[in-house]
Amino acid sequence: MVTEKPSTETVFDWLRAVPDPEIPVLSLVDLGVIRDVAWQGETLEVTVTPTYSGCPATRIINLDIETALRARGIEKLRLKTQLSPAWTTDWITGRGREQLEAYGIAPPQPAGGPARCPQCRSENLERISQFGSTPCKAQWRCRACLEPFDYFKCI
Amino acid sequence: MSDPLFEFLCRMGDNTLVLGHRVSEWCGVAPVLEEDIALANTALDLIGQTTLWLNLAGEVEGAGRDADALAFRRDVREFRNLLLVEQPNGDFGRTIMRQFLFDAWHRACLSALCESTHDGIAAIAEKSLKEVTYHLERASDTVIGLGDGTDESHARMQTALDRLWPFVGEMFTGDDVDKAMTSAGIAPDPASLRPAFDEKVTDVLTNATLTPPESDFAHRGGKTGKRHSEHLGHLLTQMQWLQRAYPDATW
Repeated sequence: MVTEKPSTETVFDWLRAVPDPEIPVLSLVDLGVIRDVAWQGETLEVTVTPTYSGCPATRIINLDIETALRARGIEKLRLKTQLSPAWTTDWITGRGREQLEAYGIAPPQPAGGPARCPQCRSENLERISQFGSTPCKAQWRCRACLEPFDYFKCI
Repeated sequence: MSDPLFEFLCRMGDNTLVLGHRVSEWCGVAPVLEEDIALANTALDLIGQTTLWLNLAGEVEGAGRDADALAFRRDVREFRNLLLVEQPNGDFGRTIMRQFLFDAWHRACLSALCESTHDGIAAIAEKSLKEVTYHLERASDTVIGLGDGTDESHARMQTALDRLWPFVGEMFTGDDVDKAMTSAGIAPDPASLRPAFDEKVTDVLTNATLTPPESDFAHRGGKTGKRHSEHLGHLLTQMQWLQRAYPDATW
């Protein structure tokens, strides 16, 4: 039970601790899917945008947001889904990009392919498949260290 | 005719639903693992888009039906998808050719729908367009790779094109539903999408060393629901059986 309404900055801080269910190295805030946090009277409204329209993680993301905020004592909560403007990988934060690479996933690049191998940093790369283990990723391989790796698709 | 807006939304949602289901039939049996994953992800995008279209259709209808009710509780004659998307997968080449022809139309259609006077439709189109642009890129690359590939892959792609071409025309035919949508600024006139489609298809097929048939004969009856091919009913028996056998089942 909270006696005072937490500020929206505080709520954002809480959500920074909620990991993406499929790429747990990344928080939901760093993934860029939390578009807004606002108080509508006594109700906390969190605006969430899906990454891919069919991504099965979307429902889990909503559940995880709700669980995290309930645990902080938020009682009146509304999750709003927003389709437009459509999610873009430009909304992944700088911190998020670093975390992805450290985890072994090459962050998205406007050029349409990874900049370097997340393992050995070589730029000698080849694409294996335009799709990968989740809707947001493609499969690439490093020709230098021969390791296959995930690339976060740029959309 | 029921509410044209409801009809239109069912057409959009049924296209992605039926094609999404068809493509998902490859899951676990595609020629190589990477293609299996690619097909499953494409199907996933399409089913996700279906949820958006059919939920909106349900809201517009106002009879308490949501996307699940529309997907699983309607029978063949109530489906409004194009005949192209209900055609069986055939071999891998035919599946890719069907995907390419649909993607080329789908991308042109969604691009126009981004300018819709209906905010909900414009938002779904904007979201879907990003995914479909990626689908079209992959389908184009694969059509070129297989068309301009070995003798066997070339022959199979040409056979696929010959077989599927008679289903292209339906994508650009209009009726009273389309007229109502066009005059309200909600959706484009289907015929207006043809130049962008032709440009893309000609470019890719030329690179793929494939030749479309000369005849422009077009099968019709899918988007109006008047005459689906026999394949759709068979597809529905698989797709709907669980909700038919155990209505409102959850897990």
